[in-house]
Amino acid sequence: METNPYLEVFIDESKEHLQAINDHLLKLEQNPRDLAIVNEIFRSAHTLKGMAATMGYQDLASLTHQMENVLDGVRNEKILVDGNMLDVVFDSVDDLEAMVVDIAEGGSGERNVEKVVAKLHSIETGEPIKPESSVEQVPEKEIHSEKSTMEVDEFTLTVLEQSADQQLNNFEVVVSLRDDCMLKAARVYMVFEVLEQLGEVVKSEPTVEQLENEEFETSFTVLYITQADKEEIEAKINKVSEIESVTAKPFSISLYTETQKETVTQHSEVPESTPEQTQESPSAVATKAEPKKEESQKQEEAQTKQVGNKTIRINIDRLDVLMNLFEELVIDRGRLEQISNDLNHNELQETVERMSRISGDLQSIILNMRMVPIEQVFNRFPRMVRQLSRDLNKKIDLQIVGAETELDRTVIDEIGDPLVHLIRNALDHGVESPEDRVAKGKPETGKLELKAYHSGNHVFIEISDDGGGINRDKVIQKAVGNGVVTEEQAMNMNDKQVFELIMASGFSTADTISDVSGRGVGLDVVKNTIESLGGNITIDSALDQGSVFSIQLPLTLSIISVMLVEVQEEKYAVPLSSIIETAIVKKEDIMHAHNKKVIDFRGKVVPLVFLKDIFEVPETIEGDEYYSLVIVRKGDKMAGLVVDSFIGQQEVVLKSLGDYLSGVFAISGATILGDGQVALILDSNALIK
Amino acid sequence: MTQDSKTLVKVIVFQLQDEEYTIPVDAVGSIERMMPITRVPRTAAFVKGVINLRGVVTPIIDLRERFGLEHMEETEQTRIITVTIDGMAVGLIVDAANDVLDIYEDQIEPPPEVVGTLEAEYIQGVVRMDHRLFILLNMSKVLSSDDIKQLQEIDV
Repeated sequence: METNPYLEVFIDESKEHLQAINDHLLKLEQNPRDLAIVNEIFRSAHTLKGMAATMGYQDLASLTHQMENVLDGVRNEKILVDGNMLDVVFDSVDDLEAMVVDIAEGGSGERNVEKVVAKLHSIETGEPIKPESSVEQVPEKEIHSEKSTMEVDEFTLTVLEQSADQQLNNFEVVVSLRDDCMLKAARVYMVFEVLEQLGEVVKSEPTVEQLENEEFETSFTVLYITQADKEEIEAKINKVSEIESVTAKPFSISLYTETQKETVTQHSEVPESTPEQTQESPSAVATKAEPKKEESQKQEEAQTKQVGNKTIRINIDRLDVLMNLFEELVIDRGRLEQISNDLNHNELQETVERMSRISGDLQSIILNMRMVPIEQVFNRFPRMVRQLSRDLNKKIDLQIVGAETELDRTVIDEIGDPLVHLIRNALDHGVESPEDRVAKGKPETGKLELKAYHSGNHVFIEISDDGGGINRDKVIQKAVGNGVVTEEQAMNMNDKQVFELIMASGFSTADTISDVSGRGVGLDVVKNTIESLGGNITIDSALDQGSVFSIQLPLTLSIISVMLVEVQEEKYAVPLSSIIETAIVKKEDIMHAHNKKVIDFRGKVVPLVFLKDIFEVPETIEGDEYYSLVIVRKGDKMAGLVVDSFIGQQEVVLKSLGDYLSGVFAISGATILGDGQVALILDSNALIK
Repeated sequence: MTQDSKTLVKVIVFQLQDEEYTIPVDAVGSIERMMPITRVPRTAAFVKGVINLRGVVTPIIDLRERFGLEHMEETEQTRIITVTIDGMAVGLIVDAANDVLDIYEDQIEPPPEVVGTLEAEYIQGVVRMDHRLFILLNMSKVLSSDDIKQLQEIDV
């Protein structure tokens, strides 16, 4: 496909816009009268439509268009925001999402949306109010004139008045494209992009639909609210290629209301009467040099004024490549340091030191680039919870805390599904129906809290509800019934262990299997996914008070903190996350229990694991009378790994051993040390029985 | 030009105990001098460990040991040939690697019943050329991880 380079951007941005629409629709549900929100939705929908049309996805564009009509009705206070209307709009957003997903998967984005379109249409026309009491038409040829007069309707006027009150500038911006402009719609789109970065477009003439369908000559006019001044707007728009001229002039409301008709005619004449254009248009080629100079001047001006964040999208693979290259650099740096130390050359040493510092900074930047806020995942939950609570006839108040918490991109990609599952679970099995809640003396509305925070080298995500909690007896009964555990085993289990049973495969505590959750295949999958990410999940619950599912995840999958140790002459890395502490014990302090060597560690009996024996390390160094121990834990269990010496703590890049050696016992991966050597990373979980 | 119609295969030639073996060039990533190898415990004996191949951790197989040949100390000639077979990147330790050869597919003969001490299942065919005999290896078989898995099961 020739549009391929843009496809990825299109998909990403479409998803963002759909998310924004979702978010704002939810907000709108809370404040149905807030027109600012409607405006936001409208804008997102509008951009989406523009993009879809440009990319040639007609179905997507037309559905968005229908949705836009409804939103426009809301904006003009012709349609009331109510549950029914929101449902339909949500439905259409769902369809849009499905289309975008289809496109992302290489489909054509086509989808049968007749039903939704019909519903949207009935909402649009269902209200008896006549569409737009437009009295006068622009004296230009208008094809569809639904709401396309340059007449500024009451809503727009109010907006303009408000903005004037807020010390914002109202401009009337006239943009003319060059006669030889090939992609008018694209240029229009780019101009709108620029405009929307700086402020808000309230009205355009011809209408945006017509602009996008290229149903205009070369110029168009927009009414625009912004903080920026005339020069800035002009300079920014001029940066878009193939723009002939731009003029922004202040728009006066009082003047408009007085001489409405005149203003309208003036509008349509403005492009022709722009002095710049009349100058340039006869011989665009001849005068090309001049405007260019001007342009570059303006560009410079604009650049100095440039504030705010600029972002670009980078494929994660490229970041991986960058990371790999950087690692090689680090290895060479290590060698260089060695050489400069050996040579003892002052200047060389200084240079190498500086280089080391810079590469250190570089490393943290590269690592940071991979971090994204968990917001990306959390974003979709409000919508999901809304839908679920309606389906289940429950009332839910969802709280999200710490959405800005950052996680490695790879973790973010994986964590979505497990969270969806846990939330569904909490809503379906956790929170009781309103009647039950009232009977229990709890508020009718259930609470669901989604919380993310950093702690040390980990990110914690907690999903807590104030629902029924987990019924210990019921779990045991079921687990024994399903043969997950025996009755004797169950008797000796503490609460935590019992709760963990619900994550065993073949388990579902809901008495009835519902659509939402509970086919007994879920929680064990959740657990596995989280563990495969190097994290773990714990459950805390109190009957009738609620449950907390707490997920602990590594900050990043690619960089971990380890303790480097030596076993004879081999180096191994033990992840810090599993280390409790290190200790040195005398040989005579070792005790024997069941033929195993153990130590008394702070009042607990801890078995020793001799890495030398387990890993069959060739023996070259004589042991002394002390054992160096790394105390590691897995859940409540502990073990002391016997090593020969500690080297120190280090951040290392986790690498896989490759497919050929997957599944090596007690080794979770490898890393490359500063000297270029490979050190293996221990999987201490496998060493604790 | 009869030769045009035949498929030409470019192969890398390497030595293992007086015999010459070939691997298609397509499968070969690079040829490296010996470098420090980090042992990976509890793997098959012929898995020598892993190396840092320009930032990528690559497992290393001692082909002599894989084929049950007697052990030889590394020399100046010893090389690691990195190959990618079925998506797996692996380095092979060989006695020497010093030739690239063009062979035509119709020169390839089926493996003889007995070729030295080597089990025939690793051999795809043989090529006779200028009084030399080249053995074409079936790399998938050489890398087949069944053997490793078996060993692991016994260990654990």
